[in-house]
Amino acid sequence: MSLRDKACISGVGETRYLRGSSQTAFELQLEASLKALADAGLSPHELDGVIPIGIVSGTADDFIDNFGIPDLRFSALVPHGGASPVMALQAAASAVASGVCRHVLVTFGRNVSAGSNKAGVRIHAMPQFHDVTEFEYPLGSIAPAQIYAPMARRHMELYGTTVAQFGAVAVACREHALLNGNAVMTRPITLEDHRNSRLIADPFRLLDCSLESDGGAAVVVSAPEAAADAPQRRVFIAGVAAGHPDSPGSITQRPDMTSLGVAKAAPRAFAMAGVTHADIDVCEIYDCFTYAVIRQLEDLGFCAKGEGGPFVEGGRLRLSGALPTNTHGGLLSQAHVWGLNHVVELVRQLRGMAGRAQVAGAEVGLVTGYGDLGDGAVAILRRE
Amino acid sequence: MDATPPRPLPVPSALTQPYWDGAARGELLIQRCTACASLRHYPRLLCSRCHAASFDWQRASGRGTVHSWMVAHHAFHPAFREALPYTLVTVDLAEGVRALGLWRGGPVLRIGAPVRAAFEPREGGADLAFHAADA
Repeated sequence: MSLRDKACISGVGETRYLRGSSQTAFELQLEASLKALADAGLSPHELDGVIPIGIVSGTADDFIDNFGIPDLRFSALVPHGGASPVMALQAAASAVASGVCRHVLVTFGRNVSAGSNKAGVRIHAMPQFHDVTEFEYPLGSIAPAQIYAPMARRHMELYGTTVAQFGAVAVACREHALLNGNAVMTRPITLEDHRNSRLIADPFRLLDCSLESDGGAAVVVSAPEAAADAPQRRVFIAGVAAGHPDSPGSITQRPDMTSLGVAKAAPRAFAMAGVTHADIDVCEIYDCFTYAVIRQLEDLGFCAKGEGGPFVEGGRLRLSGALPTNTHGGLLSQAHVWGLNHVVELVRQLRGMAGRAQVAGAEVGLVTGYGDLGDGAVAILRRE
Repeated sequence: MDATPPRPLPVPSALTQPYWDGAARGELLIQRCTACASLRHYPRLLCSRCHAASFDWQRASGRGTVHSWMVAHHAFHPAFREALPYTLVTVDLAEGVRALGLWRGGPVLRIGAPVRAAFEPREGGADLAFHAADA
């Protein structure tokens, strides 16, 4: 059985995205969840599945307690960092397609403003980083920018990928964030601003790096018949797949360190959805770093390996370009909620409710997740 | 209170302790499956090729070539502030596995450049480092 069109997204919700939130991760998660449920026209009592993303905020039991869910039939934990939201769509679609559930909440909240909760600290408490923590962290490979930089450097050396090409991704995301009323970054940037931003972990500059921000996001995945009377136009999960890179726990040891898990997931997702690249009207690509967008576009098959740099030039990713990408501003310029905001944005695009960032006539879109050291997931969504 | 904290040290497990014991002696040790002779790094319980659990340790030559690198310009841990900018190099060891180490060569790096390993002892441990080598 294929999961194609066996589940739909009936509701989406987000908190305000900001830095320095006074709310806890779980408070933010609850707020986003209630918004998504209201958007779906559901009472929290009607939920029968929940997938809390990551291990950073509320558990399934916390949702039962706070929402008074009388009969939760399914929960799962998807421990793959920023790949988790799209992987959770796969788990949620499986749960509704098999008849286990009618409505599954996929929900995330984070507050990283506390000084004790910085990237270089928190990832080393995560078991999936244990090899990095033991063998690389003591040498000074501490934060994702440092851990991922060798992948980007090798891509630049092998394929001639340039700083300006990284910059093209950053500028497109920023342009889109300025169209969004809920983005952390609110000032325009140029390619020159990108090039002049300070080096963090060469080849990554400040404007190659995603934001550290607080907020919550949630989506409701429903059985299509259970959402037939939903207030919003349903958005169907046409294809969804996950993939893991070789040597998932160490980029250093990866046979091809420029390869990502999404390379394995993409053909599965396209085949399930029964669409081709030419059918994709809008993309939301997990953008922990500018390089990650370039590399995923290659692994997704939008261009050949090594051609991701030239591919993003000439404004292709801009709203006016051939492949509008990260129309909300992405993790680079809207907010970092592990990419669940990418799913929310794609749903808005396919409902035709993306405001000033709306891609005219968007019918089919693609969203990726990228987690930890290169785990990947792809979902292809289509409007009803 | 402005004393710089010490740089983090690895926390070895029973599995990895022999590697760190080797490092303390200045030896780069690589795990070897005693069933199929495959080398593996970083250490793990099973040989992913034949799934045998038995292994010993092979001393690596320390020779290798540059695979990639990173130059840190921002300290994500206060102990590294004084070292900025510092370079970490990913090396293809001659034995076929990779290692990450401190780069002790010049500022210009290129893929394929020959290097040699040397451990640098410090309080409580030893850091793997690489130097430029003759081809």
